Amino acid sequence: MAKNVKISRGVDINLVGKAEEKLGAIDSTTVALKPTDFHGVIPKLEVKEGDEVKAGTPLFHDKANENTKFVSPVSGEVAEVVRGAKRRILEVRLLADKETKFENFDVSGVNSADKAGIIEILQRGGQWPLIKKRPFDVMADANEDPKAIFISAFDSSPLAPNYNFILKDRATDLQTGIDALAKLTKGAVNIVTRGDKGVFSGLNNCTIHSIAGPHPAGNVGVQIHHIEPLNKGEIVWTINVQDLAAIGSFLNTGKIQNSRVLAMTGAEVKAPQYYSVVLGSSVESLSKGNINDNARFISGNVLTGDKIEAAGYLGYYHHQVTAIREDHEAEFFGWVAPGFDKFSLSKTFFSWAMPNKKYNLGTGIHGEERAFVMTGQYEKVFPFDIYPVQLLKSIIINDIEQMENLGIYEVAPEDFALCEFGCTSKINSQEIVRNGLDLIIKELS
Amino acid sequence: MEFIKNIVESVKPNFDKGGKLEKYWPVFDGLETFLFVPGHATSKGAHIRDGIDLKRTMVTVILALVPCLLFGMYNVGYQHFLAIGESAEFIDMVIYGAIRVLPLVIVSYGVGLGIEFLFCIKNGHSIQEGFLVSGMLIPLIMPVEVPLWMVAAATAFAVVFGKEVFGGTGMNILNPALTARAFLFFAYPTKMSGNSVWISTDGMQTVDGYTGATALGNAVEQGVAGIPPYLDAIIGIIPGSVGETSVIACLIGAVILIASGIGSWRIMLSMLIGGYVMGYLFNMWGANSYMEIPAHHQLMLGGFFFGMVFMATDPVSAAQTNTGKWVYGFFCGLLGIMIRVFNPAYPEGIMMAILFMNVMAPLIDHYVVQGNISKRLKRAQAIA
Repeated sequence: MAKNVKISRGVDINLVGKAEEKLGAIDSTTVALKPTDFHGVIPKLEVKEGDEVKAGTPLFHDKANENTKFVSPVSGEVAEVVRGAKRRILEVRLLADKETKFENFDVSGVNSADKAGIIEILQRGGQWPLIKKRPFDVMADANEDPKAIFISAFDSSPLAPNYNFILKDRATDLQTGIDALAKLTKGAVNIVTRGDKGVFSGLNNCTIHSIAGPHPAGNVGVQIHHIEPLNKGEIVWTINVQDLAAIGSFLNTGKIQNSRVLAMTGAEVKAPQYYSVVLGSSVESLSKGNINDNARFISGNVLTGDKIEAAGYLGYYHHQVTAIREDHEAEFFGWVAPGFDKFSLSKTFFSWAMPNKKYNLGTGIHGEERAFVMTGQYEKVFPFDIYPVQLLKSIIINDIEQMENLGIYEVAPEDFALCEFGCTSKINSQEIVRNGLDLIIKELS
Repeated sequence: MEFIKNIVESVKPNFDKGGKLEKYWPVFDGLETFLFVPGHATSKGAHIRDGIDLKRTMVTVILALVPCLLFGMYNVGYQHFLAIGESAEFIDMVIYGAIRVLPLVIVSYGVGLGIEFLFCIKNGHSIQEGFLVSGMLIPLIMPVEVPLWMVAAATAFAVVFGKEVFGGTGMNILNPALTARAFLFFAYPTKMSGNSVWISTDGMQTVDGYTGATALGNAVEQGVAGIPPYLDAIIGIIPGSVGETSVIACLIGAVILIASGIGSWRIMLSMLIGGYVMGYLFNMWGANSYMEIPAHHQLMLGGFFFGMVFMATDPVSAAQTNTGKWVYGFFCGLLGIMIRVFNPAYPEGIMMAILFMNVMAPLIDHYVVQGNISKRLKRAQAIA
C-alpha cells in the first residue's frame, strides 16, 4: 500500500553551484575500477596487466563468492593494478579504446527466469554489485531473502542530481529493472518519490510512495524507517535509481550500460551542469577546464562523498561530483566573529537572519574535536525514532547488544552525515557508525 | 593580525614534539586556538562543517550572562548605599558594585583555569572550554561578602572533584558551579547564611531597621508580609547572591540561549511549570505563612530564575533526551520550591534540587531510552 510520509527533522543546506539541467559528455582515456568502493569485498583478480578486455569482461571477483563478478566498464588494455599496504588492491586501471567493444550477454531468458535465474544473469554481467542491502549498507548477498526492495527516486543531499531530469527518457529501462528485481523478493519493490513523480508515474509492478521534508528525506534508510521499518534479522535490498535503469538497459540489450549521467556541482565548478561519463572516469578528465585549481574534488556529495586526489578516479556508486574550496586559513578570533558567511544549524551566527542565502562553504572544520557536550543537536536533523547519541556511545564502547537494542540495523553512515555536519564537538559520527556495523559483521560471521 | 600570527608561529616550535617546552603544549595550544580558530580542513566524513564549535557555544552562554553580571554590579552598589543610608548616583552604585564583584570573577577564573591547565599539562590533553562558563557562574551565585579565599577554595573543589575526577569537560555528573556553591554552603555555613553576607557594607554603620536579610530569609519569619514587592523582585533590587536577583536579567539571558539554540527551552519551561505547580499546591495547603506566598511571587524570589536559565540547562549534567528533559526540568522546579518551603534552613532549595536532579538525570535518561528499546522489541515480536 502506498504511503505518504512527511518528516520535519532535517535540514537542506543551500550551497552555491547547483547543476544546470543541460547534458554534456566527457570521455576519459583511462578509467579504473576500485575494489575499495565495494565495502567488505576482498577482490580476486581474473586479469593481469597487459590483458585485453571488453566492456563487460570480469576484472575480479569476490573472494567470498566467485560468482559475483566485477566487470570492466570499457574495452581496452589492463594498464596497471595499483596496490597499497599489504598488497591490497586499490585500483585496476584500464586504458580505454576509442571505440568501445562490448561483451554480449545472453539475456533472452530473463522474462521467464526465476529468482536464481535473475541473480545468475546479473552476477554474470557484473550488475550484481549495484544492489546493496540494509542493514550494514554493503553489497547484497544473493543467498539472502530480502523482505522488500526499496529505491529512492530522488536525492535530497546538497546540490544533488535531479533523477527526473537524468532519467526522463528511461521509463522502459526502469520498468525492465523493476520487473527483474520484483522476482528477487517476496515483498514489494518500493519506489519513494518526493511527490512529483515525473518519469516514475507510469511504472508498474511496484509500489510508489512519497515522502516530504528536508534532507535526509531522500536517504533510503529514512524512507525504510518510515514506511516499513527493519527489525533484527530482516533484510531489505536497495539500489540507486539510475543504477536500476542501468540494470534495465543491460537486461534489454545484453550489453552493460557503462556510463552514468552525473551532476557536476559546487562553487569551484566553472559551469555546473550534467555530464554523461564512463564509470570510473579519471578526475583529470572531469576537472580539466571545468574545475578551478586547488579545489577539493569530491566523488559524491559534500556530506557523504569521497575526497579524490587529482590522479584518482570516480567512485562506483556516485552520481554526482562536487568541487569546493579547500580551507587552510586560521580565523583570527573566529569564535566571536558575527559570521554572516557561515552556515550553522544553531543560531549563533548572524547568517540565520538570511534563510534563503546560498553558501559557498569550504572544507574548514571550524573548531577542534571535543567530548560530547551539547545535547538535542543530533535529534534535530535525525528523522529516526532512534537515540543517535546513545547509539554512537554504545558503538564507541563496542557494546553490540546495546547497538542492536538502540536500532543500529536501521541506520547507515550516510544517515548520520547531518549530525556530523552540525556537531559542536566535531565528532566524526559517520566513521563511528561504519565501525559499529563492521564490528557486527565481523562478530556475526 | 598577521603580526600576532607571526609571533605565534615563531614560538610554536618550542612547544611541538621535541621542543624544549613540549610539556606545556596544552597551554600554548589553548592560547593559540583562543586567538585563531585553527585552519584544519576536513579529512574524513562530511567535507563541510557547521561554523559552530565549543568555544562559540561557551561564548554565547557568557554573553547571555552579561545582563546578570551588570545588573549584579548595580545591585551590589544599590544595596550598599541603601544599607548605609546614603544617596548615590547610578554610576557610583555601578562603580562600587564593580569594585566588589570583579575580584570574585578574577579569582574564580584564575583558580579554575589554573587548575584546568595543570590537569591538561599532566594529561597532555588540549584544553577544553567547559570552565569558561563555570568561571562566570561561580561569582554570580556567591554572596558579595564572601571572602576571596573561600571563592578560591570552592572553585578548586568544584574543578577537581566536580569535574576533573570524572574525566573533565563533558564527563561530569554534577554542575561544577553549583558544586562550588554547595561546597561553601556545607563547609562554611556560618559564612554563607544569615543576614550579614548579602550586603556589602564595608563595616560602615547601617541605618536603623536595616537587617540585610534576603527575601527568603524574611519570608520564613513573616510570610507574605516580609517579602519584597512583586515588581522589586522582578527587577531584582533585593538582597541576594550577586547575579541571581533580577528576573528580567535572567530572562534576557534565557532569550539569548533559546534563540541561539544553545539552552534547552524544554528544561526552562518544564522547570517553571514544576515550580509553579509546587507553589500552587502550597497555596492550597496553606499550613504556614511561608506556604501562603502566591506561587507566581514565590518563583520570583531567590535563585529560581537564575537556576532555571543557567544551571538546570547545563547540557552535560542535565538529562540528555528530549523526553528526559521535560521530567528533569519539572522536578528541578518542584523539588526546588519544596525544599525551600519545607526546610527554611535551606533557602538555596533550587541549588539542592538541581544538584539532586543532576544525579537523577542518567536514571531518567535510562528509562526514556529503555522505553525506545522495548518499543523496538515489541515491533519485532509483532511481526515474528
